[in-house]
Amino acid sequence: MTGLATTFGSGAMTNSINEIEQAEVIIVSGSNTTEAHPQVARRIFDALDNGAKLIVIDPRRTLLAEFAHIHLDIKGGTDIPLLNGMMRVILDENLVDDLFIEMRTENYHALRDMLFRLDLNKIADITGVALEKISAAAQLYARAQKAVICYCLGITQHVCGTGNVETIANLAMMAGHVEKEFTGVDPLRGQNNVQGACDMGALPGVFPSYQAVNNPEHREKFERAWGVELSPVPGLTLMHMTHGGPKSPVRGMFIMGENPVLSEPKANKVDQTLKELEFLAVSDIFLSETAQLAHVVFPAASFAEKTGTFTNSERRVQMVRQAIPPIGSCRPDCEIIMSISERLGYPMDYESTAEIMEEIALLAPTYGGMHHDRLESSWGLQWPCWDREHPGTPFLHKYYFSRGLGQFIPTTHQSPGELPDDDYPLVLNTGMVYHQYRTATMTRNSVTLNRECNEAVLEVNPQDAASYNIRTDDMVKLSSRRGSITLKAQVTEQVGAGSVYTTFHFTEAPINELTVDTKDPKSKCPEFKVCAVKMEKITT
Amino acid sequence: MKDVLTTCAYCGCGCGLYLHVENGKVTGSMASRNHPVSHHNLCVKGWHIHEFIHNSSRLTQPLMRKNGKLVPVSWDEALDFTAENLRRIRDNTNCQGLGVLASAKCTNEENYLLQKFTRTVLKTNNIDHCARL
Ligand code: SF4
Repeated sequence: MTGLATTFGSGAMTNSINEIEQAEVIIVSGSNTTEAHPQVARRIFDALDNGAKLIVIDPRRTLLAEFAHIHLDIKGGTDIPLLNGMMRVILDENLVDDLFIEMRTENYHALRDMLFRLDLNKIADITGVALEKISAAAQLYARAQKAVICYCLGITQHVCGTGNVETIANLAMMAGHVEKEFTGVDPLRGQNNVQGACDMGALPGVFPSYQAVNNPEHREKFERAWGVELSPVPGLTLMHMTHGGPKSPVRGMFIMGENPVLSEPKANKVDQTLKELEFLAVSDIFLSETAQLAHVVFPAASFAEKTGTFTNSERRVQMVRQAIPPIGSCRPDCEIIMSISERLGYPMDYESTAEIMEEIALLAPTYGGMHHDRLESSWGLQWPCWDREHPGTPFLHKYYFSRGLGQFIPTTHQSPGELPDDDYPLVLNTGMVYHQYRTATMTRNSVTLNRECNEAVLEVNPQDAASYNIRTDDMVKLSSRRGSITLKAQVTEQVGAGSVYTTFHFTEAPINELTVDTKDPKSKCPEFKVCAVKMEKITT
Repeated sequence: MKDVLTTCAYCGCGCGLYLHVENGKVTGSMASRNHPVSHHNLCVKGWHIHEFIHNSSRLTQPLMRKNGKLVPVSWDEALDFTAENLRRIRDNTNCQGLGVLASAKCTNEENYLLQKFTRTVLKTNNIDHCARL
């Protein structure tokens, strides 16, 4: 989460999930919360029962948007101008939190100068949202005492994902809505342990706890602890590893529990790259599309068959406890890694995962007080938790930002990587549905979840449906410049005219074969959300 | 029969739930009453989380590609073969030719070990995961 890290110094949710129910104003942006984060949605509904006001920024009329006091139904990819417009209104209406800006932030003048140059009418044009609505939303947010902004995939998956997040941070700081309980900026993380995987340094540029590999001091610390010399050069990102094709420098890969063949944009290329490898080893619980390409497949134990910890969106580190022994001859990933490491002359002899956590606590300052015995006897602890006595941190940035002063970073509109034109007149959006989860290697193997929703459908607006003569359940062919897929149509007002929407769960309709891979230059986030397509009815 | 308190493995909310174990099998799940996130409540994915655990298509033994097909092999054979190939590619490419993907579905301890392994043994920082998604 590059954007928040540059402005606040930390890329995690600033509040706890429970705090959301006490907020007075909630902005939800680019998040299909009811489907992707049910418990957050539940807190939002509780807040509404308590009289909170809800503002939803989403091109689609999501379930949550139905409950919104203000639904800002922007054109896809125009989040930055919308948020900038809101900030301009806050400026014009004199609702800026001057004291907060003075004491806690820097670079405000650059932002203000940029905002003064904006033309609000033009913003209404670009975003497709009436100025009155933008103004009402801005005032509602700025006047509140306790206000939170939640955002998710929708925001970070654009070309300008980093810019979007920075813009959200600007808005929150300008209104002084950061440092308090019930108030903040909350990126909702998709998978159960995305936060933990980042915290643990499963990233090319950082050791655990975001200590940079190219910082000599950090490197020395890890060299001493691990007893070997370490490379100062940041590594390749996922996109570079899986999209290189035959020219990629990567000749062999080890993949633990991921299915990039299905989850990456332009899946074709990933498929190709992985097939070209001299060696591919995959460990997973099911024979995923990626595992099918491997030279070696390890059967991993599921979460019910091992012990360890997950870190949720609100930075809460919690125990995962073994309920049953591994089925068949499955082994936990820890054991698999240790066995290979031993064969390569670097034995790692941990008696238990608790012992691994002791090492983490020693090396990762924010996890300094995380010990399994403490986590066992509580509902987990929220980082930063500096030492054994520290009670954990429910909300961040109380007296100062992680980076010291919060930094305003003015951002301007970038148009999405691929705009609709005469040949490909529709905008394709992708997302997830409630009953399925990511590439569905787990959920699709669950009978009940499959019964509820077992098929990718293409949502089409009634207007477009009429002009293409398409009805619900008709089969359509959807093509982009990169490929085409066939799937069933569903006519619904959930999508706006001129756009279509589908999910990325299903192998039969691997939507990522259509999507673009223009990347956000800063966060290297593949752009899933916007790409131009055409639609044809298949007549049988 | 027992109930084991654990953490849901599906989304970033991190609900606390009990897995219901009968005769060595997980047969159901139940929300934790006092857990700060779940508060006696789970979503449909949490309520059915036990279903994938004993699914018949779970992998249960190591596989290796022989004559183009994945066939069951022993753990030792799979581990030896993997170690051999990783060593060969590492040494032939001056530590530039290997890449590792960790997982947002695995535990902190597993992710920690995997990045440690990548950095100390494979001698590269080529490690990433799908967090950006
Ligand atoms: S029960 Fe549902 S909301 Fe709770 S963590 Fe699991 S998937 Fe998320």
